[in-house]
Amino acid sequence: MSLLIIALSIIIIGGLLALAVCKYSYLSTLLGVGSTVIGCIIGLIPVGQTIYYGDTTTFRLAWNIPYGSFFLKLDPLSAFFLLPILFLSGLAAIYGREYMIVYRHKKWLGLSWFFLNLLIVSMVFVCLANNTILFLASWEVMALSSFFLVAFEYEKEEVRKASWIYMVASYLGTACLLPMFLILGSSANILDFDLFNKSLSPLALNICFVLALIGFGTKAGIMPFHVWLPVAHPAAPSPVSAIMSGVMIKTGIYGLVRTLTFLGMPPLWWGYLLLAIGIVSGILGVLFALAQHDLKRLLAYHSVENIGIIMIGFGVGMIGWSSGMPVVAALGFAGGLLHVVNHALFKGLLFLGAGSVFHSTHNLEIDHLGGLIKKMPYTGMFFLIGAVAISGLPPLNGFISEFVIYLASFSGAMSMNSYSSLSLIGAIAGLALIGGLAVACFTKAFGVVFLGEPRSNDARNAHESSPRMTIPMMILALSCIVIGLLGAAIILFVSPVIGVVLGNPYTGEIRIASNYLLYVTAGSIVFIICLLTIAGLRWLLLSKRSVGQSVTWDCGYAAPTARMQYTASSFAQPITDLFEFFLRTKKNNTMPDSYFPAAAHFETHTADVSRESIYNPLFKTIDRFSQRMQVVQEGRIHIYVLYVVVTLLILLFWNMR
Amino acid sequence: MDSPMEIMMILLVLSDFALLGLSRLRTCISIVSFQGMLLGLLALVSQWGSLTLRLVMIAAASFIIKGFVFPILLRRGIREAGTQQEMEPFVGYIMSIIAGLVMLGVSLWLGNKLPLFALGSGTYLIIPAALTTLFTGLFLIIARKNALNQCLGYIIMENGIYTFGIFSVVEIPLLVELGILLDVFVAVFVMGIAIYHINREFDHLDSDRLNVLKG
Amino acid sequence: MQISSFLNILLGLLFAPLFLGIINKTKASFAGRTGQPLLQSYYDIIKQLQKGAVYSKTTSWIFRAGPVVGLSAILVALVIVPLGGIAAPLAFSGDLLLLAYILGTMRFFTVIAALDTGSSFEGMGASREVLFSALAEPAFLIGLAAIARETGVLSLSQMLPAAHFFSPEVVLVVIALLVVFLCENARIPFDDPNTHLELTMIHEVMVLDHSGPDFALILYSSALKLWVLGLVIVGMVFPSSADYFWPVPVFMALCGLILLAVIVGVIESTMARLRLLRIPQLLVAAGSLSAFAFILVLR
Repeated sequence: MSLLIIALSIIIIGGLLALAVCKYSYLSTLLGVGSTVIGCIIGLIPVGQTIYYGDTTTFRLAWNIPYGSFFLKLDPLSAFFLLPILFLSGLAAIYGREYMIVYRHKKWLGLSWFFLNLLIVSMVFVCLANNTILFLASWEVMALSSFFLVAFEYEKEEVRKASWIYMVASYLGTACLLPMFLILGSSANILDFDLFNKSLSPLALNICFVLALIGFGTKAGIMPFHVWLPVAHPAAPSPVSAIMSGVMIKTGIYGLVRTLTFLGMPPLWWGYLLLAIGIVSGILGVLFALAQHDLKRLLAYHSVENIGIIMIGFGVGMIGWSSGMPVVAALGFAGGLLHVVNHALFKGLLFLGAGSVFHSTHNLEIDHLGGLIKKMPYTGMFFLIGAVAISGLPPLNGFISEFVIYLASFSGAMSMNSYSSLSLIGAIAGLALIGGLAVACFTKAFGVVFLGEPRSNDARNAHESSPRMTIPMMILALSCIVIGLLGAAIILFVSPVIGVVLGNPYTGEIRIASNYLLYVTAGSIVFIICLLTIAGLRWLLLSKRSVGQSVTWDCGYAAPTARMQYTASSFAQPITDLFEFFLRTKKNNTMPDSYFPAAAHFETHTADVSRESIYNPLFKTIDRFSQRMQVVQEGRIHIYVLYVVVTLLILLFWNMR
Repeated sequence: MDSPMEIMMILLVLSDFALLGLSRLRTCISIVSFQGMLLGLLALVSQWGSLTLRLVMIAAASFIIKGFVFPILLRRGIREAGTQQEMEPFVGYIMSIIAGLVMLGVSLWLGNKLPLFALGSGTYLIIPAALTTLFTGLFLIIARKNALNQCLGYIIMENGIYTFGIFSVVEIPLLVELGILLDVFVAVFVMGIAIYHINREFDHLDSDRLNVLKG
Repeated sequence: MQISSFLNILLGLLFAPLFLGIINKTKASFAGRTGQPLLQSYYDIIKQLQKGAVYSKTTSWIFRAGPVVGLSAILVALVIVPLGGIAAPLAFSGDLLLLAYILGTMRFFTVIAALDTGSSFEGMGASREVLFSALAEPAFLIGLAAIARETGVLSLSQMLPAAHFFSPEVVLVVIALLVVFLCENARIPFDDPNTHLELTMIHEVMVLDHSGPDFALILYSSALKLWVLGLVIVGMVFPSSADYFWPVPVFMALCGLILLAVIVGVIESTMARLRLLRIPQLLVAAGSLSAFAFILVLR
């Protein structure tokens, strides 16, 4: 634990020093990156130890805030979430050094590095805090520092709007958390998590669960509270997007799981609710991702989808927990938790890849890119690994976590009573559909951006990024492959975390899943052997024959251009048209109306359905209501004094009766 | 090998799904006539041990009327109106099939809640199948625009009530049973005439556009 | 893991292209023609293997990797699926998931190899392909979940022989899986494997620019995909048991596959390809058949 405190101190001191010298860009960047990397490496040691040995360490300091105490606890659950936080932050910092340095003449980089380090430290504190006040304080600092990071390019209006929406959403979520913590801690003097009331009435428990779901769900990005995600993540610079999408939304998941440990055995409907939210978020998230044509917005909606998958895992786990089926409970939660780590890895990788693309082409519009794999081979290859991983395909890590969730759902569907098994069949159908649509989305993203011919000058003038940007991506890609191949071993480490959540590590059940994952690894090894053998045979065959080069068959067109290729919108069109009811894409086009070819114009725009149909009307109603309340605000001092006097008289008479 | 009644109920539910998902009116009419014949057989099979002349008459009457007479009337209506396909329905075909699954689930739940009666093996599916058929008929009336489809929906509703009736009452007075059948026969006959006149007057069978009639 | 499991794999590797020939012969006899020789697929593969290749300047290493990854993926699938009641070499609980998703890997790389050419034809086929397979997945998995609940096991090698064909649930699942089979293998009513017009192509057009050994790999992988998915259906229908001496259940399974190929040929000869708007409806109908089968198992 002390190592962790040292690590955190290094990071925050580095940040403060970077702020102090923010006039000198290179020095502040060096301080910021250096402190982050060293801090993350040192911090990973105690985290790794906790996961490996499954023990719990604590740390206390005296703190005189009422109801608060500086009580940090590192148990397997916190350590499990700290692992991706520290790992990804370190890599994103290395990446960021190269990415942000191009802004050194326009902005004070030291400021950004300060906020980045502050963000990392606050995220770690959120996972370590064992006291409500400390937790909420870290939560607020996390929101504020990420706000400043999102507003990095504050001179652009859409960035300002994005950071404002992010701020509002964040605070609305936090507003739900405070009452929940107060209910939980209603019988303690100090609001430590350990001293929470364990015997609340069922009504109080239900209220707490719903408040936690809304509050933490807003941060995590479940539907319909996700509206800030596709706005804020694209507006932030890419290393910040990677950290936000990869690990910051996971702190919401951490909060939800930690709340579950306070609430005890859940009633069945909580599991159903989580499952329903998960299925809806997953399917709608990937559908909206398919309709986007900005690369980072697409990736942001995919985060919503993967949070949906995590919620499906947790929902299945809770259904199993309430029904007393240990296999379903343990494997559901294990799959969801493993997906937390996996998603951090491949989403971080994808955002860093998108950042590389932006760094070299300054254009994130998918339909203006193309053919980048020839100019940026390493970025392309790592993006491909990220794309295959996020689609949940073997032999990479996405398949491992989805496999465990599927195992839980199938076991439950095979042996539970009617309603629960029908809901688990819904989970299976939902996961299958989500997986298929994710393949569609990422073949679109990878195919149109990296393959084919460049569609614009931005794409033609692309260049590969420097090693400082490609090496973090390589490390993330390698970790995807490693977890994919060693899934059987990795799942065993989730056992102590399950012990914290469910009260019982269920090592037996997890060992069973691990045995099946060994076979999956065997299948992956067969795959790789076949791959190498067939590639070798093909090379042998072709080396003796003539291999020619030509153009792609273009059906004899007189003047083919790169713009005649299939665009991303065309690729997604069958799916977006099928799901028209949810997407409501607005199209405007001007077609030539003469006999000969002329210029045409086509544009699609998919607004977020929740925002259009829930939040905009809601805010407009509140606005109108407030306008009517404005009557009270007369503006003249006489009336205000009258208000004061009337209130005092009322209180006086009330007391005297 | 499961009891023939269970297989007939499964075929009934499958025909409901087919009606929800298909758009060609001719095929829909064929499926409805198949349903009618199936239910006629069902009346016989359910009381296989104790056949009475009355039962055989009812079964034969519904077999012939629903299996042959109605389809002939409806096909004539199609020929007069000249339509073959359903126009854009209010609820798309994929949503209709998913709605069908939801209706099946609701019918199963209702079937569990209603007080059951045992009539041998394979009877657990009867009430859900009957209710599903009833809901399918209602769904078709609400969700489809073509007037002929609404006529079909009415017939399917009657099929559902008939299935429900075969098993919930042991003794149906002959008069009531024939009365129901006569009621439906007259309704279809009248609807056929009305459809002919609607088509002649407005040149289409889109019942959604009939709202121009309101003041 | 017995010797017979490996012999089954050998059978698959040898005989898979034969079934394409049987389908073509059935279609030819329906049309009154003599048709291609039964072994035509073998001749095609061998001919392509002996040729050189021409690559487009637009393509990158992904185009060359696509067919290789596809064949490797289908070989993994071959090791999972049982034949004639004899357990596959890589049988384990949940292997049906590995089967469904390794086919997904094959599909992913075929699609990006198609997009690599920068041609609109391949893009069109690819975009349809991803939609149809996304809709076919739930039907496949829910159907197998129904069988899993009925038999109480989660491994294909144990599930398929234990499914009694004459219960209504299994019949419904077989019909649903047949629809998925037709979709995945690009048969009518989803796709026309004969024509090369862009209106009808989904799978055919994705491999338009491949030539030489690459194309041979693609032809062979599509034959193996037919074999693998066909075995899943035939395993449920035909009685098979490992108690008998090895050639007997294998022989029955091969007869089942021949019958399946003939049925596919009949379907191809009697139906036309559906309009593209109707294909999602058919897939959702197959999914609802699977769901109905699961509801029936719930009693």
